[in-house]
Amino acid sequence: MATHLILQKIFKTGIVSEPPPAADPALRTREQELHEEILKVFGQAVAIRHVDAGSCNGCELEIHALNGPHYNIEGLGVKFAASPRHVDVLLVTGPVSRNLETALKRTFDATPEPKWVVAMGDCAAGCGSVGAMFGPNYASCGKISNVIPVDVEVPGCPPTPIALLQGILAAVSGGR
Amino acid sequence: MKINGQDWHLAPLAAHIWHGDIAPAALADLARAVKEEGGQLVALWGSDDRHLGSGYAIHLTCMTANGLAWVSAPLPEATPAYPDLAAIFPQADRMQRATFDLLGLTAEGAVDRRKWLRHKAWAADEFPLRKDFTAPAGDVEAVDGYPFIRVEGDGVHEIPVGPIHAGTIEPGHFRFSIIGDRILKLEQRLGYTHQGVEKRFEGLDLATGAKLAGRVSGDTHTAFTWAYCMAVEQALGAQVPARALWLRGLFLEIERVANHLGDLGYLGNDVALTFGFMQFWRLKEDWLRLCGELFGHRYLFDRILPGGVAADLDEAGRRRLADLSHRIEGEVRELKAVYDEHATLQDRFAHTGIVKPDLAARLGLTGLAGRASAQAWDARAQFPQAPYDQLEVNMATARKGDVLARAEVRFAEVFESLRLIRDILERLPGGDLSAPLPSVARVCQGLGWVEGWRGEVLVAVRIGADGRLDRVHPHDPSWQNWPLLEVGVLGNIVPDFPLINKSFNLSYSGQDL
Repeated sequence: MATHLILQKIFKTGIVSEPPPAADPALRTREQELHEEILKVFGQAVAIRHVDAGSCNGCELEIHALNGPHYNIEGLGVKFAASPRHVDVLLVTGPVSRNLETALKRTFDATPEPKWVVAMGDCAAGCGSVGAMFGPNYASCGKISNVIPVDVEVPGCPPTPIALLQGILAAVSGGR
Repeated sequence: MKINGQDWHLAPLAAHIWHGDIAPAALADLARAVKEEGGQLVALWGSDDRHLGSGYAIHLTCMTANGLAWVSAPLPEATPAYPDLAAIFPQADRMQRATFDLLGLTAEGAVDRRKWLRHKAWAADEFPLRKDFTAPAGDVEAVDGYPFIRVEGDGVHEIPVGPIHAGTIEPGHFRFSIIGDRILKLEQRLGYTHQGVEKRFEGLDLATGAKLAGRVSGDTHTAFTWAYCMAVEQALGAQVPARALWLRGLFLEIERVANHLGDLGYLGNDVALTFGFMQFWRLKEDWLRLCGELFGHRYLFDRILPGGVAADLDEAGRRRLADLSHRIEGEVRELKAVYDEHATLQDRFAHTGIVKPDLAARLGLTGLAGRASAQAWDARAQFPQAPYDQLEVNMATARKGDVLARAEVRFAEVFESLRLIRDILERLPGGDLSAPLPSVARVCQGLGWVEGWRGEVLVAVRIGADGRLDRVHPHDPSWQNWPLLEVGVLGNIVPDFPLINKSFNLSYSGQDL
């Protein structure tokens, strides 16, 4: 009975996935050596590990949205993985709380080279009025690049899924 | 105000909200009176009042038959201590430990004296919320120890999980003690996202404070911003235009629908029904996009300001929102039929992660999860603030307290919120969107109380004579509900933990502050 209802709903819904946006190279903050060469080897598949380094969980809402059907992120060859040892990109949110500083550094170290770090949101990028509100204090190290090297910063509070996708693609597309 | 037949000399602050001072020694008596009457402790926090000519203070808010009672007890500077309340209300335990970590106020006679929010960023004898605190200069130790309670015996072993989890969720540490696949004990260690939010409030202007309040827990942005603004407006005696209040109600219900849709999708996902995830997240995305178009932000961030709101709705927008809420209601009914019929989903949901009503009452389970365990509290229905005093909210409850009950309450609340949204859209009064705030002449305080999607959100605000924030305490219902997750998973198998956890969907940042 449920199968019938599921199939009916799937056919009625159709395909809602939309074409992806282009990469936004302007979001890059750092060019790594051998970037182009690495990307040739990489092909088109990228694995991402999300790390919440102390966010308010607003950015996480939009990461979840990326996994929804409109954005079809896995169809673009981008996949979220459970372990930093399996990924190419760390997607980091939040200002880095001092209580997570060690865990973030260890996650970065556990990620094999070559790797890219995308800092998501105003707090993570340390920009705008929200970034200023969440600057370093007794409990926080402030923006992500204060703790680990960052390749791409995506501003926004939270950045929209499209902006986030543009940032992720900027990290791994090498201008293609 | 009477609690359990006794007058506690509290004065009304606003509709259903009462405040008064109390001797520290009387706190336990008050807590017992609330307990005997069938009420609950909601929040506990401290403040440094030395710059105001006294010592410290401990603050307590309780849900009672007559509304929310907020009491403040002055504590001497030399020996800032108050009687332990966790023996009466177990949910006070972590709040008391956090209050010690941040302010050095001691709960005398408390059994659990372990640190809670403090990890290693500051020393045991430093208290960040004291006004004379200066941030520690040196580097902190890399690794922080915490004395977890060990379970011993043949075949028992531990699974440490986190702080960084395998999925896209917030950080926290879960220590499972298991035998085979069965969970014998779960102990949580939270506080990883502690950002010093309460310290950040100090000295902010009132408008910036609203932005910060909205970022205590991003998924509850509207509830926190509204509660903050309610507290500020109450403190200043400000009048908020009716249209602004109704739009705030609209925003709050929009936020509830968005979160419930997302959770219902993830609950399907966690039992391998990817169809459910995709369908609910399609609906949520349609919902968010319309919000972005109509109000300028997908999650309505910063649309509520002290004195009013920062977004309006025209006739065309009103129609589009009503149309979409009709369509989503129809589609959610179709999806509910799938969830109801799906044998695997029902098998995984039912009898999983049970919190029985008596345990929920004893330990203070609240909000959505509480209502799924027969704890029939919903401020919108029982103690309505405007505009809810003119809307008849039907409270959703269930008795079984399992994952299925928490899903059922979410379904019922989605339908009710969509109905409320259409009701608000039809009756939205005209008028201004905001009113100027009266100026600040002296130290004043207020307490905001909003039924967010997860449960009751409180924000206590004290404004200094200079018009800037002196002390703000935001309270998320996750404080009360996290300990119940520890209890709800007992006897379940480890692979059901993600499902049970998602069915509560508690905030880390909301309690880590």
